[in-house]
Order: sequence, then C-alpha cells, then structure tokens
Amino acid sequence: MKEKLSLIHTKALETLKEISQMKELEEAKVRFLGKKGELTSVLKEMGKLSQEERPLIGQLANDVRQDIEKRLEEAKKRLLAAEMEAKLASETIDVTMPGRGAQCGHKHPMSIVIDEITNIFMGMGYEVAEGPEVEKDYYNFEALNIPANHPAKDEQDTFYINGDILLRTQTSPVQVRTMEKGKLPIRVICPGKVYRADEVDATHSPIFHQLEGLVVDRGITMGDLKGALAVFAKELFGEDTKVRFRPHHFPFTEPSAEMDVTCFACGGKGCRVCKGEGYIELLGCGMVHPKVLKMSGIDPEEYSGFAFGMGLERVTMQRYGITDLRLLFENDVKFLKQF
Amino acid sequence: MNIPMSWLKDYVSIEADIKDFVEDITLSGSKVEGYTTLAGAIQNVVTGKVKEIKPHPDADKLVITTIDAGQGKDITIVTGARNLKVGDYVPVALDNSILADGKEIHTGALRGVVSEGMLCSVQELGCDIHDFPEACEDGIYVFPEAVELGKDVTEVMDLKDDVVEFEITSNRPDCFSVVGLAREAAATYETEFRYPQIRVEEKGEGNAKDMISVEIQNPELCPRYIARVVKNVKIGPSPRWMRKRLRASGVRPINNIVDITNYVMLELGQPMHAFNIDTIAERKIIVRNAKDGETITTLDGNERKLDSSMLVISDPQKAVAVAGVMGGENSMISEEAEAILFESANFNGPNVRITAKKLGLRTDASGKYEKGLDPNLALDAVNRAAQLVELLGVGEVVPGMVDCYPNERKPWKLSYSPEWINRLLGTDISEEEMIAIFERIGLQVDAQAKEVLIPTYRPDLEAQADLAEEVARFYGYNKIVPTLAAGTPTVGKKTYKQSIVSMIKDTMISSGLCEAMTFSFESPKVFDKLNIPADSPLRKTVVISNPLGEDFSIMRTVSIHGILNSLATNFNRRNEEAGLFEVGKVYLPKAVPVTELPEEKEVLTIARYGNMDFYDIKGVLEQLFIILGMDNKVDFIPEKSIAWMHPGRTATLAVNGKTFGYVGELHPQVAVNYGIGTKAYIAVVEIETLIAEAVLVKAYKALPKFPGITRDIAMLVKDEITVKQIEDVIKNNAGEYLEKVTLFDVYKGSQIEKGYKSVAYSIDFRGADRTLTEQDIAKAMQQVLSSLAETLGAQLRDK
Repeated sequence: MKEKLSLIHTKALETLKEISQMKELEEAKVRFLGKKGELTSVLKEMGKLSQEERPLIGQLANDVRQDIEKRLEEAKKRLLAAEMEAKLASETIDVTMPGRGAQCGHKHPMSIVIDEITNIFMGMGYEVAEGPEVEKDYYNFEALNIPANHPAKDEQDTFYINGDILLRTQTSPVQVRTMEKGKLPIRVICPGKVYRADEVDATHSPIFHQLEGLVVDRGITMGDLKGALAVFAKELFGEDTKVRFRPHHFPFTEPSAEMDVTCFACGGKGCRVCKGEGYIELLGCGMVHPKVLKMSGIDPEEYSGFAFGMGLERVTMQRYGITDLRLLFENDVKFLKQF
Repeated sequence: MNIPMSWLKDYVSIEADIKDFVEDITLSGSKVEGYTTLAGAIQNVVTGKVKEIKPHPDADKLVITTIDAGQGKDITIVTGARNLKVGDYVPVALDNSILADGKEIHTGALRGVVSEGMLCSVQELGCDIHDFPEACEDGIYVFPEAVELGKDVTEVMDLKDDVVEFEITSNRPDCFSVVGLAREAAATYETEFRYPQIRVEEKGEGNAKDMISVEIQNPELCPRYIARVVKNVKIGPSPRWMRKRLRASGVRPINNIVDITNYVMLELGQPMHAFNIDTIAERKIIVRNAKDGETITTLDGNERKLDSSMLVISDPQKAVAVAGVMGGENSMISEEAEAILFESANFNGPNVRITAKKLGLRTDASGKYEKGLDPNLALDAVNRAAQLVELLGVGEVVPGMVDCYPNERKPWKLSYSPEWINRLLGTDISEEEMIAIFERIGLQVDAQAKEVLIPTYRPDLEAQADLAEEVARFYGYNKIVPTLAAGTPTVGKKTYKQSIVSMIKDTMISSGLCEAMTFSFESPKVFDKLNIPADSPLRKTVVISNPLGEDFSIMRTVSIHGILNSLATNFNRRNEEAGLFEVGKVYLPKAVPVTELPEEKEVLTIARYGNMDFYDIKGVLEQLFIILGMDNKVDFIPEKSIAWMHPGRTATLAVNGKTFGYVGELHPQVAVNYGIGTKAYIAVVEIETLIAEAVLVKAYKALPKFPGITRDIAMLVKDEITVKQIEDVIKNNAGEYLEKVTLFDVYKGSQIEKGYKSVAYSIDFRGADRTLTEQDIAKAMQQVLSSLAETLGAQLRDK
C-alpha cells in the first residue's frame, strides 16, 4: 500500500506539472482526490491492514492527500494568473490615441494676466475697484493735476464725446472716484479698458487695458511703494526677479518713477527681448501728489499714498511671446485655445 | 532729444564711459533711449596721397591709382572716380578695413588688376554733402589741404562722436538743451557745471534801439521779446564743428546765420529766429493776435490760414512769422541779406501748442515753446547768438538790444522740512545731504530759514513734494529701502458683482466656450447690418467727436457686432466650430446728444456655430442659471420680434416677468450680412439681473430616505403647444409628492396625425416621510391626465 500511495503521489505531481487549463485541473482533482479517485480507492483497502500498520498508512495517506491538495491549489493560482495575464494582454489598447471627453473652453490671455495680477494684489489686501469708461474730463484730467492745455493732455490723444465727456485715457480716474468716497485707508486696484487715438497696428490699439493701484493711509512712504511693487513683480515674474526704479514724471504723483523688472527672457543678461538692457519697463508709479489728495478731499498733511499703473497688453504679449497685438482682438479660436 | 557727448562735455567733465553714463543719467532722472557712435563702424581708413593715375587696360571707366597711405610702401587702388588728380589727399580704406555702413574692404582684383583697398567718398564715411560742403557730390572726398599721411581719417575729419538720445519728460523744459542736461549730469556726478561764458563785443556801429522798435500787444501770450541787430552779414556755410554738432543732433545745416539760431536752440533750449531786417516795414516788430482769416506763407512754402487765437510777429503791414512756430517766407534770410534781426522771445506754451496743432505744423521751436520756457533764458540766448556771430566772423553785432519784458519772472522761495521729506520717502537722509543736493541742482539754500530759492528755469519745483523728488533722485531711488506698509489692515477682495462675473466666466469656459475681447466702439452702419429698424432706440448712441474713422465712431449699444465679426473670422479661416463669449459693456446714452455720462451696462454675450443647434446654447444658459442658483425662476419665452434673430428659434429670458436677455439662432439674413456661411447661435444676458437674482448660498435639501416611483406617459398634443405648457399642467396637478418631471421624447412623423406631436415624460414621485403607495400615485396620475386632457386637449397614447 505504501508503494501504491507513493505511486499515486508521484503520478499526481507529474500530472499537475503539465496542466495548462482549468478543465484539466478539475479532472485531475477528481481523478486523484475524488470520491471514486485513486487515493480514495486505495484508502478503501485500509481495512485489510493490520492494527499496527493502519495508523502509519493512514498518516501517510493524509500527507499525500494534503500535499496533492496544496499542489492543486498552487496549480490553480498559476492558471488564474495566466488567465488574467492573457485577458489583460488581449485588452491592450493604443493609449496614444486622443482622449475623449468634455471640451473645456479657454480664458482670454488678457484675462489670465489680469486675474493673476488681481489675485496677487488681493493677497496683499487690495480691493478691486471699477469706474466708468465714458468719463468726465474732470476725473480723467483735472482732478489728476492735468489742467486744461497741459501738454500731458495732448500726449494722450483723447477721444472726446463733447467738451466735458471723454473716453478715459487711463484707469487713474478710478483713483479719484475712490478717494472721493472718503473711506480710508484705501488699498485698491482697478483693471479696465482705456482709450487713446492710436491707429491699429502690431503694437497699438485704440482700446487697451490698464491696471491702476492706489494706497492711501497714514504714514505711507516711497519705501512702501517700492516694497509692494517688488513683491508684486516677484509674484508675477518669479522669485529671482529684480526691480529698478527710475525717476520719471507724472502730473498726479510726486516723486514719480518708472519701474523696470529684470528681463524674464534673459534674466538680466541682455537679449533681444530687452534690447540688450537686461531690464524691461513695467509700470509707472509714484507718491500721490498732495494736490491730488487735496482735490479729492484728503488732507495731505495727515495722509500720504502711492499709486501705480501699467499697460496690460504689453505684459501679456511679452509673457506669451505674442508679437502682434491684433491677435488679441481677432478671437480666432485657434489662437484662444492655446491659453 | 539727441545730444552729442562732445558738446555735453563742453560744460561738464564726464569720466564715465558711455555705457555707464547712460545708465547713471537714466537713474538720476534723464532717461536715455539709446545711443549711437557716429562713424563707430569705421576701421582702418587712413589719409593718403595720390601719386600716379593710369588708365585701366581693360576698362574705360576705371583708373589705376598709386597711393601713398603712409604704409611704408605705395599701394595700388583701382577706382571709378573721375574727380582725382595727382597730388590730391584722400581717405583710403586699406585692405581689411570697414566702412561706416559696416561693409568690409579687402584686396581684390578689378577687371584683372589687383586693388589693395578703396578710395572713399563722404557717403562711405557716413556723412554727406551737408557735413562737407566742399566735397564732390559723387566722387572721392579730397581734403581741402595737405594732411599727414597714414592717419586715421575719423580723427583727421573729426567723424567720431557718441550721440545720446534722451527722453525728456514734459515737466523739464530746461532739459531740452545741452546745458540743461549738462547741469543734470554735473549733479549726478557731483562735479562742476560750467555754464557757457557768454560775452558779446558789439563792434558794430550805432545802437539797436535806434534801428528797431518792438511792441507787444498781448503780453499774456508773449511775456518777453528781445531783438538784436547784426550788420554786414556774410551768409555762407558754417564751420565743420558747428555743422557736425547740428547734424548729430538731427538738425540740417542751412547757412551760418540759421545754423547759429539752431545751435543756440539746441545748446540753451531757447528757440530763436532771424529776420532779414530790410523786409520789416518801418523796422517795427508788433507782436499781436492774428486776424481771423489772415494768411501767411511760412518758410516751408505753404500758405497758412490763421485765426484770432494765434499769435503772429508782424510789422505795421504784414505778419512775418507765426509766433513760436515758424517764420514767414517774406522775411527769410537770403544770400543777399545785409542786416538781420535776431529774435529771442518767450511765448505762452499752451498757445503755441494749440496753434501748431491747428496749423498741423509742429516744429523744433514749437516743441520747445509748448513745454513752457523760462523768459529769463531769452537774454542769454540772444547774446550767445551774437557771440557766435562774432566767433564765426560772419557779421557785426550792433551794440544794444530792444528787450520788451513787462513782467519779469523772479525766482521763488519754497520751504522744506527734512523730516517731512524723510517721512514721505521712508528714508533717513541727513539735512546736510539734502542741502548738498539742493545746491547741486542750482537752488540757493537758506539753511536757517529752511528755504530754497528756485531758479526760474525750474518751474516744475512748486511744492515740497517736488523737492522730495529732487532729494530722492540724487540720493538714488534704488537706495530707498523697500518696506511693506503696516498701516490699517484691509481685506483684499472682489466686489459681489465681480465674484458673479468670475462665476459666469468660469461656467462659460467649462461649457467649452472661449473668451473673446472685442472693441467697444464701432460703425453706425452696424445697425443696418443687424436689420435694426430705423426708429429703434438702439440707434441713439454715444458719438465720439474725433473718432479714428467712421468705423470706430459710436459706442456700441448692442454687444453682438464685434463677436459676430469674430465668428465670421473663424468661419473664413475654416475653423469647424467656434464658441465665443464676452463679458463687456454696452453704452446707453441717457439723452442724445450726450449731456451726462451714459449708462454702462454689462452684458454676457455668447456666439457660436458648428455641429449644434438651439438647445446646445440654451443648455449653456441653463447650466449658468443652475450655478447661480436661479434656474427655478428663469422662463424661456418664445420671441419673434428681435430684428437680428430667427423669429421661430429665439426665446426671451425672463425672471418674475422681467426680461433680461435672449437666446436663439441668428437671423439667416444677418448671418449672410456678416459672411457667416452657417447657422449661428447667440445669447445675450444682462449681468445686472444675474447679480440681483443669483442665490449663491443655497439651502440644503435632505437626501431621500424612501424609494421613489416613476410613471412614464406619452401624449398626443397639437404642434403649437409648448412643452412648457405641458410641464406647467403636470407640475400644478401632480400633487405634493411630485419630485421631478423629465421630458424624454418628442416625436412627429408617419404614425402621428399631421399638426400633432407625441410628447413623452417620466414623472417621479417620492414621499419625504414614507414609501408611497400605489393609491397615492394612481390618484396623482389621474389628476395629471385629466388636467392635460382638459386644458391642452392632450390624448394619452398607449405604449
């Protein structure tokens, strides 16, 4: 019997080794372990054994059964794994084919830049203010210390509706309207459309966008102006950005400055984008002129402030490498979908 | 303003090289746009002497020259020039030399004869006949006298100079001059500024006062008028050094007298004019307003029509110049002029500006005057001109002058407080340092009284803030330490309106639309293009009085023109589909013509074409209303009366009976007008209503706890009955357990009687507190079906 058991064991192991399908596995299980299987039939002969032999053979038969069961289980695992592998292989697709799904739209590149700048200043505690585009001469010029016949008025090539009403040439009138409300302190920015009589070409448009900022509080200094704008420049152009302030002239600020930032294209080494200067002019700024504060009902002895303003088309064009301003107004979806 | 460095250095010593100089002066407030080096490219071009000229064996038009260019041995150069003779001294471009335009010259063969360089014309040296009037127009330049051989011609001919282009701001008329910038440079480098030494010998006979008289009729427009007389004038070209400086500054040399006036203008910033004194009737200058309709032919040969707002220089008979703008042809300096009158005057800046603008005649002089010049400058200028006449030996300056200066401009005092200035700048600059800065820019300081005396050439210094800027400029803007304002904290935020607009834009973008940007002014022809009736109030517009052209002449009252143009652009570029939106304004006048600011109404405009229909664009709006929490109160009402929309495929948007926009298909005729060769869909929504009706904080409804029951029904109704009518009946009759009504089919076709359609709905019921019974549903459905039959004549279809 011992030999018979060992023979069954050997046969079973050999059979299992060669099995490659679930069906064969089931058959082998029945053949060796089933009710009419080979092991069972051997065990049926246990009665013939002596009292001493019976436990030994019984033990042996159990061992053989357990081992075959274990091997069967292993074979099953092996087959299942192979089956899964085959299934996965058959399901392979070309993942380089284009995706399907909701077509999202795109923000206009100008809006992306405006939103980004707005967010930077909101993080610094600035509110977003708005004002009319068809504006009174008073707000656009006079209240900003640009009296009638001032050359600065001429420089801006204003569109007039009539003697008193015009299309604002700058977002600065919103400064005045904000100050007039008399709620202090003031920290506002104002992005918006402005108008100047420039013919349309690759770098000019009679309609363009500016963003204006104004801070008025007790004890505001030119150092604060520099600090706020340096933070802004780093946020917008990256941590390594350096700024440079140059004296300039605006009628509504004194002292006035222009702020240059290190060229984002070359990092300040000098290149085609910055015409070799290493710096790019970004914005005009200055300490709010005491006359302007006074005209808007704020006491320049008690309060001081700074203001800044920048053209947004140029920032947008430089950022995305857009060389023709007209693209911004054409609205070709092939253009808009790039942003 | 272009300034040659050599001229600047007459009045200030600058040791920095040109690169550092442009940066330093920019950072102290005189912005440099750029600089060029005259003759900068020229290399290896030397003086030479023609020793021999032989004909070329194979070319009639060429000659072979032997040149001694001081190179140790003679060289052979083949040239086509005809103006040479043996013994001439000429500029020689040697082998491996470079000309002014960057062209390289190497030894090469010309028709078989080796040429070891090139002989140069003035053009090849970057000059022209105005620089060297003695030069042959189209030949080799021949030096007028013997020169040392082998010398660099840029030095011999004095060609090199750095020319710096400054951008001068309008508040600094004093810096529109060599002297003004020299003063700035001296302050920048804390070095000595040397004002020109102006001395006139006045060797002529008589006295100017006896020869001419001046009358200012309008002292407001002409605060000062000085006249000097020069006799025995010898008109001719001015010397090379003067011509070079004029040319480098962008002024064309004309003759010595005109050149002197221009030279003084560039140097001191004071425009001058020279009249031929014989053309002035009674030798009497009258400064007066022009008469309406008076004409004058200006120096450029054009007849100018004047009006009474303009100021002219005239004699008792005729105008001889437009004050501050341009002289008249009738009094110009000609070759024969024997005696001249130098005018050095001060005119009102704004008036000159307006006159120049009206005449379309902007000149160097008007450009200077319009900034507002210092009347005290006029005296130095006229004396400087007289000095130059004497220096050049081109006439005799008559002693004396006529100086009409009724109200002298005097220096004014300003107080300063070092504390205030430091407080404004956020600095800690000592009083001594501030005083030093004030002195450097020419202010007289009274340290005791803390006052400065402002020279009259600095009209921009009006208040203490202006002094703070001067301190900051020369202390260094970039030395001010950046700080972050502490102050009272404020909350950075958008207004409620701006937040709604952001949500609108986000929804549009997630619906697949691209954001567009269009012009807010357009042509009045737009109304016809959009089929807008002649009497429509939309045709009442805000009109621009000085537009760039008719196409940009009115502020838009409808928002779709620009975006339709963009659709057409996309269509013409064969983009299969285009979906655009814009949040922008329309400008509605309160009265025409405009007397007060118009209403600026913000609207959302959507425009699209492509593989879609009405329901796609409607779906975008529905999504928007859901996001804004107002979907349950918006009605879409069939609309036939919008001129530019398809009458059968347009709906008005209404909330509580108030309309706030529309959506639909563009009228096919309008699509044709715009060149959009396919169906286009439009929606326009007033932002104001969205802001008023949006519910951003939505109340939570408990999730269902009990199962729902669904019933499907299909019915036959007349074609003209809208699903909205059907849904209203269902909603009003289905009772309290109605959860949702969903349209799932609308069918017209072969099995349906003509004029009818089949409409199918799923109706969901659910109880909040219990599972509904069959009876609950049966009762509700019974009510629904009978109402549909009664009110709409609907017949239930068996399915």
